[in-house]
Amino acid sequence: MAFIDSLQSIIPIALFYSAPLIFTALGGVVSERSGVVNIGLEGLMVMGAFVGIVFNLTFADVFGAATPWISIIAAAVVGGIFALLHAVASITFRADQVVSGVAINFLAVGLGVFLTKQWYGKGQTDMVQQPFYSKSVPILSEIPVIGEMFFARAYYTSYLAIFLAFVGWFVLYKTTFGLRLRSVGEHPMAADTNGINVYKMRYIAVILSGALGGLGGAVFALTIALNFSGSTIVGQGFMALAAVIFGKWHPLGALGAALFFGFAQSLSVSGLPILDNVPDVYLTIAPYLLTILALAGFIGRAEAPKASGDPYIKGSR
Amino acid sequence: MFSNRLFNILIPTISVFLGLLAGAIIMLAFGYNPIEGYIALWNGAFGSSYFFGETIRQVTPYIFTGLAVAFAFRSGLFNIGAEGQVIVGWLVAVWIGSSFEAPMIIHLPLTILGAALAGAFWGFIPGLLKATKGVHEVIITIMMNYIALHLSNYMIRNVLTDNQDSSNRIADSASLSSTWLMELTDYSRIHWGILIALFAAFIMWFLIEKTTAGYEFRAVGFNPNASKYAGINVKKNIILSMVISGAFAGLAGAMEGLGTFGYMPSHSAFTNLGFDGIAVALLGGNAALGTVIAAFLFGSLKVGALNMPTSAGVPSELVEIVIALIIFFVASSYFIRWILLRFKKEGK
Repeated sequence: MAFIDSLQSIIPIALFYSAPLIFTALGGVVSERSGVVNIGLEGLMVMGAFVGIVFNLTFADVFGAATPWISIIAAAVVGGIFALLHAVASITFRADQVVSGVAINFLAVGLGVFLTKQWYGKGQTDMVQQPFYSKSVPILSEIPVIGEMFFARAYYTSYLAIFLAFVGWFVLYKTTFGLRLRSVGEHPMAADTNGINVYKMRYIAVILSGALGGLGGAVFALTIALNFSGSTIVGQGFMALAAVIFGKWHPLGALGAALFFGFAQSLSVSGLPILDNVPDVYLTIAPYLLTILALAGFIGRAEAPKASGDPYIKGSR
Repeated sequence: MFSNRLFNILIPTISVFLGLLAGAIIMLAFGYNPIEGYIALWNGAFGSSYFFGETIRQVTPYIFTGLAVAFAFRSGLFNIGAEGQVIVGWLVAVWIGSSFEAPMIIHLPLTILGAALAGAFWGFIPGLLKATKGVHEVIITIMMNYIALHLSNYMIRNVLTDNQDSSNRIADSASLSSTWLMELTDYSRIHWGILIALFAAFIMWFLIEKTTAGYEFRAVGFNPNASKYAGINVKKNIILSMVISGAFAGLAGAMEGLGTFGYMPSHSAFTNLGFDGIAVALLGGNAALGTVIAAFLFGSLKVGALNMPTSAGVPSELVEIVIALIIFFVASSYFIRWILLRFKKEGK
């Protein structure tokens, strides 16, 4: 039964670490599918974490137990607005999308810490009093073996993330909107000829990616970090970006990749007895090493959406 | 019509101006006096010989990471991994520098070479995977950053020392620091590395603009398919470009290890030298001279910012915002170009 016990200790932690990555990676998929590279996921997460924490601290007394949920909604809205900068620069001003994404990352950290100092008088905020708590799902957690793994001590945000991945797949592959969004990323001129407004679709996609990135950052802040400082989000956005590519620009692929990263991260914190003799450093670098090996060995050449990275200039060929 | 060369100078200049202007507006909005803020910034960067020395110290690694990112960019590669390459360069420099003593003429070059090779190796892996497997270099370099960070912390604690949080100090024979320069600048941490950095910039300019190899790098950057058709070995060029880029970044680590600090602390987070190098390269238009100028600008902004909270009460993060906006404006150069041409037309 040792194996089952291990799974029961690992899976909840894996889900816990995966959730922020899933949200953010979905944002990356939507944006890149429309043809806009989003290196700025990291910055969008920073913004989400900042708004999530500040909102939570400010309104904890007003909303009580509902505070974390309203906080992540606020973070998603602000994330969407913040992503507008990337949209305007890379779609309307035809900026290099990678460069604009880098600027988003710089700006989010600068702005977040600047405002934190401004409002709280120090480099980091207090701990939130209304974070997300792990809960046992009624009934489902009673299922033998599986209940303990997936439904006891779990965060509802993790289920929301997984659910959204399926919604993302449905929207992208089963709806007209999704077809248009993908066509804009593959061949914008053909899409334009067919009467699809390329600029509008791309704006929608980038704003959506901002909302999802903000959601990811806020969930990270309210489940894992519990406060905000310049070092709250250090690289999770880049991990999410890796999940996008690892998952071959597909919502369910990104979900799988994010779960894999969460699983690899949980190895180093789960304290499994089998792993006691392995130096920490191997477990810490495992997710990164495994990603490299997987990309080099199994996944091979992944094709990005064809027009990804190219600004669309109406009338040019 | 404006010539392209003029645009290449005008656009970064206008971007910097707009960035500073936006910073001033933010200061005004939060009730600070922007003039006081910028005076504090200026004094913090150039106000005394000490501050000036510190500015030069900060500029030194920026030149290297800027060159690293710029070099890769020229052959169409995006090296986000400068950060990790800095860390391994720093680690190896300190390792060689602290583990034995030798005459300086041997020890110092050996240490610097070790750092360059370490960075080169850290660039070689993503280069190899890109060239042979078509794996996106951005993802691999991001992963390599984390591996460098955690691995170097482990090495410092378990191999270089016995559970200490920072490495031993390097031997004097491997040090870049100079008593003369320090006395001249009121004991700032300025060191000889700036000369090596400027020399490296010259090497990059010469390599890219004046040699056949440089021509091939640029050709691959413009159009890999056409280059292949023209008989250029694209794979070799991709690998080589990442290797050289990594070596530049590794040298930035050597500057920190041999010049500024003389040891390596374990890092809980990234040094940000590599990521700032992206900004430096972008503002510098991915050219050697431009990179040096941009490194001076960002170095002055970063060091000067440290004086803003005490002298003007402005949080130093304001400068991060200004830098981010400068990058935005550079990225949106199409927009600036359009406005400039507009003005030009109306002027006629």
